[in-house]
Amino acid sequence: MFWNPKIECMPKEDLKALQYRQLKQLVNNLYSFNQFYHDRMRAQNVHPDDITCLEDISKLPFMYKQDLRDNYPTNMFTVPNKEIVRYHVSSGTTGKPTLVGYTRNDLDYWTEALARSLTSIGIGPEDTLQVSYGYGLFTGGLGLHYGAEKVGATVLPTGVGGTERQIELIQDLGVTAIACTPSYLIHLGDTARKMGVDIQRDTKLRKAILGAEPWSESMRQHIESSMGVKAYDIYGTSEQAGPMFTECEERKGIHIAGDIMYVEIIDPETGESLGPGQKGEMVVTMLKKEAMPMIRYRIRDLTTLMDDDCECGRTSPRISRITGRTDDMLIIRGINVFPSQIEYTLLQIPEVGDQYMIHVSREGALDNMVIQVEIKPEAFSDKVEDMVRLRARIESDLKKYLNIAVTVELKAPGELPRFEGKAKRVIDTRMI
Amino acid sequence: MMVGNIITQLSIFVNNEPGRLASIASTLRECGVNMKAFNLAESTEFGILRAIVDDPEAAYDCLRNRGIIVRKTDVIGVVIQDTPGSLFAAANVFGEAGINIEYGYAYTGRSISTFFIRVDDPARAVEALDAAGIRLVTEEEI
Repeated sequence: MFWNPKIECMPKEDLKALQYRQLKQLVNNLYSFNQFYHDRMRAQNVHPDDITCLEDISKLPFMYKQDLRDNYPTNMFTVPNKEIVRYHVSSGTTGKPTLVGYTRNDLDYWTEALARSLTSIGIGPEDTLQVSYGYGLFTGGLGLHYGAEKVGATVLPTGVGGTERQIELIQDLGVTAIACTPSYLIHLGDTARKMGVDIQRDTKLRKAILGAEPWSESMRQHIESSMGVKAYDIYGTSEQAGPMFTECEERKGIHIAGDIMYVEIIDPETGESLGPGQKGEMVVTMLKKEAMPMIRYRIRDLTTLMDDDCECGRTSPRISRITGRTDDMLIIRGINVFPSQIEYTLLQIPEVGDQYMIHVSREGALDNMVIQVEIKPEAFSDKVEDMVRLRARIESDLKKYLNIAVTVELKAPGELPRFEGKAKRVIDTRMI
Repeated sequence: MMVGNIITQLSIFVNNEPGRLASIASTLRECGVNMKAFNLAESTEFGILRAIVDDPEAAYDCLRNRGIIVRKTDVIGVVIQDTPGSLFAAANVFGEAGINIEYGYAYTGRSISTFFIRVDDPARAVEALDAAGIRLVTEEEI
């Protein structure tokens, strides 16, 4: 089943020709109307006329997450505010969040991408999709919501949490598919078992769209054998719009709609282009994006590109499961966390010294983060109550800033390891 | 106010890991600290060792120089007579005077038994106990 067979099954040469036309138009538009990218092109001495074929994209300058922060909130926008119809915000690394603005057309290509993806895994009007991604500033909830409505599925917008109630609704409403993080689905399965509910026997839930955090083939096997649902990987970040691309029924990589996003794989050290099958950093160009430029954006995810033919008939290239990051970003229960955010928050707390350690583990299905901090001698009190209160305050400050609950452990000065050269403050023992 | 009745307690931060208390105890030995009474309060990942020692000033400096988190805390020591109801007599004074007891621990020495108490206002506690005729221990007596 195809949502948009003309585009999805377009001959590869035609798709390349279409991408070139889109790129050309995009570069012309940004050079004329976007101050940020105009300056960036000038600095690299590139003119729109230099783009004469699709491969010339490599002449264009890269964009970085830092660019989004430097231009916060709206300095990078190409269009006036009256054309912006929505914002999404993800947490920043040093105090400033990352803001993404959307025009009506930006929301449309996002929804179109999801309509194609959902159709490719057989979700349509007969289905009831429970969206257990967070709604709000996070892109997951609203993204899947509109995509599923577009294909005519019935949407149950539960958001995250209230797991027992979610399980009751899955039973009562005959939910057939769920979109959430893989760890939340495992948690939901465990909770169902405790309630005496067998997902396979007692519910109609058969498909799960899982993403927003790293997961593995072994987690897929665990989920499928323990719950009897077929699990599909989904990819997409707020910079691109939100989650949008999934595996098809073949499940041999995530199909990237070529008319929406152009993918390059580069060597993260040298910036050189890598061929299909070679693992490197993904660089994305959003060909339809209007509100803000996203050209040759260094997304920092590591993957490989596959452009052999897929059995499903789609001609779009595929990317393999994301295997890591080129920076130190952690994904904790689906939320992006940078160690620099933790450091920044701790620096604001006068009682805390400058040494800290971050321990990440997986307990059952859920990620657990413990932050050990050294307290300053003058912050010490002989009363346990005062110390417990200090710990609670540090935990609450971190939660406010990171949007996730963390456990803090207080340590005496000198207790935590010191580093010569590059500090290794993160110990991640999750077996993914 | 009788300053002699305020006793200096050392409060020491101890990480709640195997061997940490032994390591602190070893530092106390190196500093030649003689502990008269002590108490250990604990939370999940840290503990607080509270100790009455024979020369608190010297012990404080020595521990501090060795990188131990230590703090001087004023406490009072109520002499407990070896008769029923003597703890009640002292506790009752605090209750009547509205003085809050943060924590306390007992010590039985060669000649006297003492209940060391950390209160929010030690000076006022000394006055109230004195007025009620309850004897407080002095540093020399411990």
